[in-house]
Amino acid sequence: MQYSKEVINHFTNPHNQGVLKNPDGVGMVGNPTCGDLMKIYIKVKKDAKKCEVISDIKFETLGCASAIATSSMITDLAKGKDIKQASKITRDDVAEALNGLPPVKMHCSNLASEALVAAIEDYKKKGE
Amino acid sequence: MNKKIYLDYAATTPVDMEVLKTMLPYFSDEFGNASSIHYFGRNAADAVTAARENLAHFFKCTEEEIIFTSGATESNNLAIKGVLRAYEKDKKNKGKIAHIITTVFEHSCVLKACQELEKEGRAEVTYLPVYSEGIIKPADLEKAIKENTLLVTVMYVNNEIGSVQPIAQIGKLLAKINAKREEKIIFHTDATQAVAYFDTNVKRLSVDLLSMSAHKIYGPKGVGVLYVKKGTRITQIQDGGAQEFALRAGTLNSTGIIGLGKAIEVLAKNKPKETKKIKELRDYLIKKVLKEIPSVRLNGSRSKRSPNNANFSFSDVEGESLLLYLDAEGMAVSTGSACSSGSLSPSHVLLALGLKPEQAHGSLRISLGKYTTKKELIIFISKLKKVLEKLRKVSGEILKEYYSKKK
Repeated sequence: MQYSKEVINHFTNPHNQGVLKNPDGVGMVGNPTCGDLMKIYIKVKKDAKKCEVISDIKFETLGCASAIATSSMITDLAKGKDIKQASKITRDDVAEALNGLPPVKMHCSNLASEALVAAIEDYKKKGE
Repeated sequence: MNKKIYLDYAATTPVDMEVLKTMLPYFSDEFGNASSIHYFGRNAADAVTAARENLAHFFKCTEEEIIFTSGATESNNLAIKGVLRAYEKDKKNKGKIAHIITTVFEHSCVLKACQELEKEGRAEVTYLPVYSEGIIKPADLEKAIKENTLLVTVMYVNNEIGSVQPIAQIGKLLAKINAKREEKIIFHTDATQAVAYFDTNVKRLSVDLLSMSAHKIYGPKGVGVLYVKKGTRITQIQDGGAQEFALRAGTLNSTGIIGLGKAIEVLAKNKPKETKKIKELRDYLIKKVLKEIPSVRLNGSRSKRSPNNANFSFSDVEGESLLLYLDAEGMAVSTGSACSSGSLSPSHVLLALGLKPEQAHGSLRISLGKYTTKKELIIFISKLKKVLEKLRKVSGEILKEYYSKKK
């Protein structure tokens, strides 16, 4: 199985890795049977135009190289984005930003977009 | 650039220099087809005969009982399908379906061959459990035997966890049972991982068929042997020429066979000394890892284990990640994690031991060989600690949290 350089870069030096203290939203997806568990923490701030923007984001992931690389990539893609735009980031967007994933990994280890959506949902629920 | 350290000898081994030197003339100088009767053919045939003698001497059998194949996968397929085909060809078995007994954690070439035969409706198969130690119980085997049992196939040493099966004991048991049976049960063992370290005297093991591969014993890839005891009911499964006593059609891979002949000779010379040295190194590795690394378990039996194998599960990491981080440090090892193999479920071997999926996903196989040094192991352990720390930081307490939320 061959990984792209971008996947290896994110895997070996993941961005925004760690725990976010007092997060506004948290999302966890995956299960140990498949081997991948992902958790995304977000902080949300309202900007001048009253848009809800992801001001900070971090992740923790137990999983294979592509699970860690997609987690890292989605934090880059989501940071600074309005939550409406951020929740529209798809699996394909993440894979594309990483210059592709091996086909078998497209399904099992590409859960980062779902973890982000779960974190945004969690944030919205808290606001209600 | 990091110095590369190879700890994946169970996957394959480098060709021994002495073996390579023996093989070299047979690529383009002595290139004849061993089946040709002219000068060129005779030269190749003579060298093949010498190799066959070496193998017969090693396994304590006759030369006619050594069948050269392309490796253990072919040997195993020939053993299982060849025995079944001979059974099916026999008119008195018309309308009957043969029964095969094997284990749940055989190499995939045996498991898949059995599963295919089941699917085709040509055989019923019993898969024996291996329990937490990775060892079958002969009593289970005895209970599984039926009137139509044709073949028992049990691997000698498991390729992932190195656990050793009681082959000689099974051989004796089957001999006792066969003494009272009209239709004798044929006994096959896949000894691919055992040849370098364990007794492979086919008389003492009481096996009818035994598979092995050259590239696990510092020989070339693409050549192996099926030992076939004289009188065993088996036919060819590949049609063509009458090579290998009409059991395996196809031009002989003479260069490979000559390499295997030399590899077995070199092995026989150094076997006790090397086994002892490698076992000491392996014990050092296991002791150090269990003592100095937190949240780790050794998979498979501690004592009934191949001298060159260590298989660990590390909690809170996934095997492919571990493998790639180690690779970046120059360390070559292997994992039973699905994520590195392209399939979705983790190692059937580790699951058969009763491991949880995440334990199977977090597994690492370290296999030593005759070129392994203590210095290499010291470097490996320090790199392992470093990458585990890094990966465990990435996963945090996510697994613990997952289970606490499930409750």
